[in-house]
Amino acid sequence: MLARDDQPTPPLKRTPLHALHVARGGKMVPFAGYDMPVQFATGVLKEHLHTRAAAGLFDVSHMGQIVLRPKSGTLADAAGALERLVPQDILALAPHRQRYAQFTNDQGGILDDLMVSNFADHLFLVVNAACKAEDEAHLRAALSDTCEIEVLADRALLALQGPQAEAVLSRFCAEAASLRFMDSKPLPVMGLDCFVSRSGYTGEDGFEISVPASAAEQLATALLDQAEVLPIGLGARDSLRLEAGLCLYGHDIDTSTTPVEASLAWSIQKSRRHGGARPGGFAGAEVILDQLDHGAPRSRVGLKPEGRAPVREGAQLYAEADAADPIGQVSSGGFGPSVGGPVAMGYLPAAIAARGGVVFAEVRGQRLPMKIGSPTFVSPSYQR
Amino acid sequence: MTTLFTPDHEWIRVEGDIATIGVTDYAQSQLGDVVFVELPKIGRQLKKAEAAAVVESVKAASDVYAPITGEVLEVNETLQTDPAQVNTDAGGAAWFFKLKIADKAELEGLMDEAAYAAHTA
Repeated sequence: MLARDDQPTPPLKRTPLHALHVARGGKMVPFAGYDMPVQFATGVLKEHLHTRAAAGLFDVSHMGQIVLRPKSGTLADAAGALERLVPQDILALAPHRQRYAQFTNDQGGILDDLMVSNFADHLFLVVNAACKAEDEAHLRAALSDTCEIEVLADRALLALQGPQAEAVLSRFCAEAASLRFMDSKPLPVMGLDCFVSRSGYTGEDGFEISVPASAAEQLATALLDQAEVLPIGLGARDSLRLEAGLCLYGHDIDTSTTPVEASLAWSIQKSRRHGGARPGGFAGAEVILDQLDHGAPRSRVGLKPEGRAPVREGAQLYAEADAADPIGQVSSGGFGPSVGGPVAMGYLPAAIAARGGVVFAEVRGQRLPMKIGSPTFVSPSYQR
Repeated sequence: MTTLFTPDHEWIRVEGDIATIGVTDYAQSQLGDVVFVELPKIGRQLKKAEAAAVVESVKAASDVYAPITGEVLEVNETLQTDPAQVNTDAGGAAWFFKLKIADKAELEGLMDEAAYAAHTA
């Protein structure tokens, strides 16, 4: 009954915390070319619930950390250059603030989603592991005229997430508690040269901490020694972000989905839209601005299965239980431990997404009703 | 009463011409937290090796196969409301379904406890 994976795989990369994961009983699996812990002995369900109840520590060192430094010395030159690649307002991003963004292609599709921080004299980007090589090439091709582009391969990235994250991190970094949601700045943690942002990808309050690779294990061990903190694997990271309605690149968003279709229009500031100060001027602007004005043909929505059966990625969606042709599909789905039942998100034609009500997912030959709604199944507890 | 095992991690317990089938403790430990179980309809004629039930963990869905041919006589309804029982008592209370054995000769190809222990070692 268990799937066996006997396929030969290329050698996997390791994060600076690999040995710690193994020592702590992490069940290691390949992910985006890295050997990563999918869970620890606690198990996915309890790791998920623990993160929402106390604090969880995630190794996200596989993600890419990139610095864009303006050759002119003027940050606005780097910010303006980056605006050619993303539909977000980077010029107005205040020092020590962070913003969610997407690299778009000429068709308005999403090449990757990322976080951009203003570090006063340079920009700091965090991009997805699976896309980081392409992202670097994309940045070098497009921005080398204005920016020095440096990939920080010698840094690890930890996420400390959950309602106790502030109390825990404050023991090692006095200034942590003064950060608000989406603040992001270089700060010493245990005296180490870290970058700390008050953000994450779980729907919880928390922090992401970029730390020199050589000190990553020292910091992770100190955080894990705190009574509130458990190590959390990628399994719970996925169920946490799914319940919070957050997109996973390659699943909920990719080059075939625009930010508007993906219900990420909230992340595109007015200044970059028609009627704004700097409308367009980014890859795919024609498509994206038109969709902002007139609507997109389809939308990402939350889908709550009415029964108990999880409805997973790839399940076809139908308008009626006996309809012949699918109208969309599930992009992410599974069991939401905090919801206590199955949750999913997927794409539907805009008219049906707006109408709401029920659609039917095909699972093992049965048509299961799913209620259309917001993809956010748990209320975020961000500290704004 | 003997318990037999399949290489796919089902167990089968035979009493007269009735077989009770579940998944092994090893299987549940590999699956992780079970959140949903889909059981066959009573009266369904199952062929040996046919997908009979589905067990879903937080991570993924896995098929449970009929270890032998037979008609479904009974299913464990409590797994519908308390699927986590598969994690706590896979080899006992969390049985999946009972079959009326069609051909006892099919039992001969299954593993005994020692062979199964070696299989999962």
